[in-house]
Amino acid sequence: MSEIFLLRHREIPGLNQLRTYTANGGFETWMQAVKTQKPADIIQIVKDSGLRGRGGAGFPTGMKWAFLPNNIWPHYVVANADESEPGTFKDREILELNPFQFLEGLMISSFAVQAHDSYIYFRGEFAEIYRKFEDRIRELEEKGFIGEKLFGTDYSLHLHCVLGAGAYICGEETALLESIEGRLGQPRLRPPFPAVAGLFEKPTVINNVETLTNIPIILSKGVAYFRSQGTDKSPGTKIFCLSGRVKKPGNYELPLGTTFRELIYGHGEGILNDAQIKAIMPAGASSSLIPATEQALDTPMDYESVPALGAQLGSASVIILDETINIADLVNSTVHFFMHESCGKCTPCREGTYWMSHITQRIVEGKASKPDIDLLKSVATQMQGNCFCALGEFSIMAPLSGIEKFRADFEARVEK
Amino acid sequence: MNSLEKKYPDEVASILARYPEDQKRAAIIPLLHLTQRDAGFISIHAMNDVAEITRQSITDVASIAGYYTLFHDHPEGKIRLQVCTDVACMLRGAQEYLAELSRGLGIQPGETTADGLVTLEEVKCVAACDHVPVFQSQIGDAIEFHENQTSQKTLDWLRSMSASIKGEGS
Amino acid sequence: MDKLVSLTIDGRAVQAPAGTLIIDAAKKAGIVIPVFCYHPKLEPVGMCRMCLVDIGRPAIDRATGQPILNPDGTPKIQFGKLDTACTTPISEGMVVWGATEKVMSARKSMLEFLLTSHPLDCPICDKGGECPLQNQTMKFGPGDSRFIYDEKIHLRKKMPLGDLIMLDRERCIQCARCIRFQDQVVDEPVIGFYQRGRPLEIVSYSEPGFDSIFSGNTTDICPVGALTTTDFRFGARPWEMQPEASICTQCPVGCNINYDVRREARSAGKIVIKRVMPRQNESVNEIWICDKGRFTYHYVESPQRLTSPLVRQNGELKPVPWEEALTAAADKIRTAGSNLVTVAGGRLLNEDLYALKQMNQAIHGSIFHYSRMGGAGWVNRVGMAPGSNLADLGKGDAILVFASDLHEEAPIWWLRVKQAADRGAALIVANARPTRLNKHAAHGIKYRYGEEESALQELLAGESDAAKAFSSSKNAVIFLGSDGMGAAQVEAAAALASELLVKTDHFGKPNNGLVVVWQAANELGASMLGLSPSPTLGEKLGAAMGVYIAGADPVADDPDLNDAIQRAAFVIVQDMFLSETAKLADVVLPVQAVMEREGSLVSGERRVQLVYPAIPALEGTRPDFSITNEIAARLDVKLDLSAPEQIFDRLAQSERAFSGLSYERLAETQPQWPEVGDKDLYFGGTSFKNKEGLGVVPDLSHEMAEPSAGAKFQERAAVQYGEWLAVPVTSVYHQDVYVASAELLKNRIPSEAILMHPADATALGASSGGKLTLKWGIHSYEGSLAVDANLPQGVILVRRDMGIPLQQPTAVRVTPATNQSESDR
Ligand SMILES: Cc1cc2nc3c(=O)[nH]c(=O)nc-3n(C[C@H](O)[C@H](O)[C@H](O)COP(=O)(O)O)c2cc1C
Ligand code: SF4
Ligand code: FES
Repeated sequence: MSEIFLLRHREIPGLNQLRTYTANGGFETWMQAVKTQKPADIIQIVKDSGLRGRGGAGFPTGMKWAFLPNNIWPHYVVANADESEPGTFKDREILELNPFQFLEGLMISSFAVQAHDSYIYFRGEFAEIYRKFEDRIRELEEKGFIGEKLFGTDYSLHLHCVLGAGAYICGEETALLESIEGRLGQPRLRPPFPAVAGLFEKPTVINNVETLTNIPIILSKGVAYFRSQGTDKSPGTKIFCLSGRVKKPGNYELPLGTTFRELIYGHGEGILNDAQIKAIMPAGASSSLIPATEQALDTPMDYESVPALGAQLGSASVIILDETINIADLVNSTVHFFMHESCGKCTPCREGTYWMSHITQRIVEGKASKPDIDLLKSVATQMQGNCFCALGEFSIMAPLSGIEKFRADFEARVEK
Repeated sequence: MNSLEKKYPDEVASILARYPEDQKRAAIIPLLHLTQRDAGFISIHAMNDVAEITRQSITDVASIAGYYTLFHDHPEGKIRLQVCTDVACMLRGAQEYLAELSRGLGIQPGETTADGLVTLEEVKCVAACDHVPVFQSQIGDAIEFHENQTSQKTLDWLRSMSASIKGEGS
Repeated sequence: MDKLVSLTIDGRAVQAPAGTLIIDAAKKAGIVIPVFCYHPKLEPVGMCRMCLVDIGRPAIDRATGQPILNPDGTPKIQFGKLDTACTTPISEGMVVWGATEKVMSARKSMLEFLLTSHPLDCPICDKGGECPLQNQTMKFGPGDSRFIYDEKIHLRKKMPLGDLIMLDRERCIQCARCIRFQDQVVDEPVIGFYQRGRPLEIVSYSEPGFDSIFSGNTTDICPVGALTTTDFRFGARPWEMQPEASICTQCPVGCNINYDVRREARSAGKIVIKRVMPRQNESVNEIWICDKGRFTYHYVESPQRLTSPLVRQNGELKPVPWEEALTAAADKIRTAGSNLVTVAGGRLLNEDLYALKQMNQAIHGSIFHYSRMGGAGWVNRVGMAPGSNLADLGKGDAILVFASDLHEEAPIWWLRVKQAADRGAALIVANARPTRLNKHAAHGIKYRYGEEESALQELLAGESDAAKAFSSSKNAVIFLGSDGMGAAQVEAAAALASELLVKTDHFGKPNNGLVVVWQAANELGASMLGLSPSPTLGEKLGAAMGVYIAGADPVADDPDLNDAIQRAAFVIVQDMFLSETAKLADVVLPVQAVMEREGSLVSGERRVQLVYPAIPALEGTRPDFSITNEIAARLDVKLDLSAPEQIFDRLAQSERAFSGLSYERLAETQPQWPEVGDKDLYFGGTSFKNKEGLGVVPDLSHEMAEPSAGAKFQERAAVQYGEWLAVPVTSVYHQDVYVASAELLKNRIPSEAILMHPADATALGASSGGKLTLKWGIHSYEGSLAVDANLPQGVILVRRDMGIPLQQPTAVRVTPATNQSESDR
């Protein structure tokens, strides 16, 4: 049995009550850190833990914190609670059921980079969660866990909640910053990177909710304990969001490096109606499609192994497709998602997703002909490597891999 | 003091307090949420109020209202019934669920019932892919998730909601 | 100067200062990299992806920090994904390829993407023939479309963004040049994107729509036919028009412009102006003009223009042949002899002013520069020195804007001052009311109307933060306007401002000096020709036998001058229109408009610039100088002034201020950056390259006297109990015939002549939109009221050229007009 770092509420009922959380050792790490630890030491511990960002890119968290220049102030920490990738629903569970552990992580990271104001950016659909967080933050202030001159030190911290209003791209960190600042959520040009000029043009750390929720565990139980899970290069556990054609969809916190097979057939209890599995999308709608070969099923899910299958682990939103699904239909759905969510800033993404969606729509409606499949591929290829941000690049993963690996599904639709 | 400040003095003040003095523009999105609380949409008048409070041009405010999908620039049904039909939901029968709702309500997605109570909409992934079918209700500035639905369950819920909304109205 | 960086672009060795973007470095080396969203005057955004190039950098060994070498000893170059040339600064050893197969295919792809949504209506598009999208498609684009036409996004094509600018949403390629211009360059963010993704469209929610004095510039930089002016839309095809160089005469900035003209059937085969566009002059207006300059040209086609001389017969002005009118004028002048008073306004060109001066000299009359402003004498000594360019002002420099709402008085100066502040210049704004410039100011000085002198004295005293910022700056410029001041106050303020410049050693060198924000275009020309205004013009006119007025309408401006002119034995007027003064005249001589003529004028920054005839003169009109020349001839005064260039040569010989100048010198040009208007319209927009002359700033007068406290401020207008202080202010759009002739500006002209604080209005029992009667002396005028809570209390502001001829601070009695409609209350 693997350790549980993140979904601890499943073992401790009522963990989303401050009372219960503190009764179970909550915020002790936080108080300890502020009272006795040097910010630089905390950063070093996080570096040593090998924790990598859970928001998608897998960037080493400690290294990210260390980038902030110490001659530009103030610093900000922004928690990315935009969770919008189709197939991802892990942050939501943390936010609803284990919120204080996440907040404690956010507070520790703020202390580590000496930020005095930190922001949580919720996707607009999380309006209820956002409201509860406003209450929780008030509660923390009342209890003296945050506020001015904490625990007799000179350190002050204030937390602020920001509610988005419906835009997937605001999960991209620079678009998120634009959105907080009251602008269209469109990605920024880089450089400058947020570490140097982020929120309000000041040095900013942006971390995913799940990433931050690891922090109290790392600090309280130590690097070795954390590293006891996962692989050397991808240490720790990860919440895998399992959805699609499985019997038991849901969040599963497992060590990084767990195989697809264990997730799908062990925890997910196999395919609906015991049908044949067809393909896996390990990173939501942004994934390349992995044909579900035996070898693929035996691949460990970590930041190194999944790329070998031509895909990315991303935020580990594992969508399962079985033999009842025509890949052209699937691709039509992902392409429509990206068309709907393209911010419109750059030409290839704005026009390309629009164009692709028309082609896939015609294909699924049986109004297309064979050359349209090549046209779809060609349009996607024309976008490849040319977009302003990753959204455009994500949008072509399913179409390109779909046509490459499951061309017959497309042909079946056009020949009808 | 404009009408938004008059109506929600505390909310406006607390929103403004969140941001540095020279960054009041950041208050636009929270204030737009606030303006949706009553009417369920953002009128030009409301945009003007927000522009005034944040000292931005009304065009900048309108631009933001137009960008985000949860902001609406015209009135629709009191309850926006937003069914997720995105990838993971599609794989588990969201389309059929939507079709049943559509039949049950007698409207197509994008339309509003004749009594002006319900607008049926399709939305992208709402982070509930393990409890399909799922819809989200947007009423004023409140958004709630409703998971593990059947069309019957949803229609029942709607009936009770409609009754209470009508009750309030009279 | 920044350090030079060496790189290669398309195999060519290129050097440019560190920080230069690849796109600019390539452009300077003559290498074409296509762009849509990039514009050299805007911050790069990298949105359109048209400028993707292959960028390689020397590979560095991580361990040693040394470059990795190829076997042949050359540095190993590492390439990655294609990247945008418009956002990437050059670096040492960089290798850029802009024409590889990969790059060409990306370009083709971007064009194909853009065209999927484009309506391809080039045959009816105003931009057809000068369209970057069209041109680049020809050059780099795909041969045909793979996109199914029926799947094109369809949007309402005709979408007015206000009265002036029309949007064709289908043509827009979402480059945001227009939005960024309004936001970054002019800080009037009144247009924006609406929606997202493919449905992105441009909208304006301002009231009135697209409410910006600079809106027309967006039509020049829009790389497609999405934005057009309602004035020009469907007016003509670009290639049918002939560009004619000129200078805008709507204010003292002297923006370089082009009139695009063509002969057309619907104008009875006449050559007419189709549109006005900026002509690049980086020292004057860069590549911008304001909407007033762009749209007021319609006065030249006004049916109100005079086309025949008029002579008063039996009390009525009657059209007569030129011969008769000239003889009549000469006969009158002969009777007056040295008792003739000549009044020459700042609308006249140098050549006209010179002719008047010469004639006057010959008959020993007196001649005055007619001005509602003052300070020219000071500008000749401490004005802008040769080599000045507001664009050079930035960090370490200071700009004082005193008593001017520059946005209203001289919009392009407002823009350039604001940009200098953006670059870090310490902007000091001193005024009795807040103006749009305050937002950009490092120091705001607020005084009360009538207390300008003490505000200036405080700056002279050097104690305040603002004063210190000014005195300690490397370079400093003062803009002196006439917000709330009449000619006498401005003259006195100019003396103190000059003293401040001299005391702080900010004169006589480039990027330093005094700029007076004149009300007419060529007031400095008059002064450089030795003409000066008279503080007692009324008396002089009243005592004159006869009056000869050119380029001015004193009767409309000033009731006292009206009275004086009424008393004159005869009045001769040269004008384009039957002005209020002309209506009193005995002889009216119709003149040509500036775009019908050749000549020169001097901008407020002392730049002598040329205008060229753009269209044939209206039949029956003559240039001012030639009329003077003819009258003189009939007085047996042989001025012999036959052609503008010949006149200019003569005046350059005799007038010190113009010495050494010639049309040839004024017509000289040099390369300017950014390059605009060549074949590559995509780069800088459709503005015109300047081929007709950048003008010359002559040396300052060397007889720089120690400024003394010579000119004194008059006593503050004494305000008795029951009276209010009323002061004149300028609004950019007003009712003078030049502005009012442009039909499409009608809605922009304010309808209220009077401004007040709402509390004062309430005290008076007046309300916004209601009418007030202002009385002073024997005069009484009525005007509509607008209230503005930003105004100081206890004072009434009267807009110039809006029907109430109040020229200086005046104590007035105020009553709400009785016939206020109910709805006003
Ligand atoms: C189009 C796009 C959408 C993204 N959406 C999210 C998101 O919803 N949540 C998230 O945490 N990160 C998202 N990311 C990743 C963030 O940009 C960023 O890398 C992450 O928040 C960093 O946190 P981490 O280092 O803790 O992973 C997205 C990135 C892209 C390009
Ligand atoms: S209207 Fe023209 S300038 Fe503005 S975004 Fe569209 S194409 Fe660009
Ligand atoms: S992206 Fe470089 S010109 Fe548009």
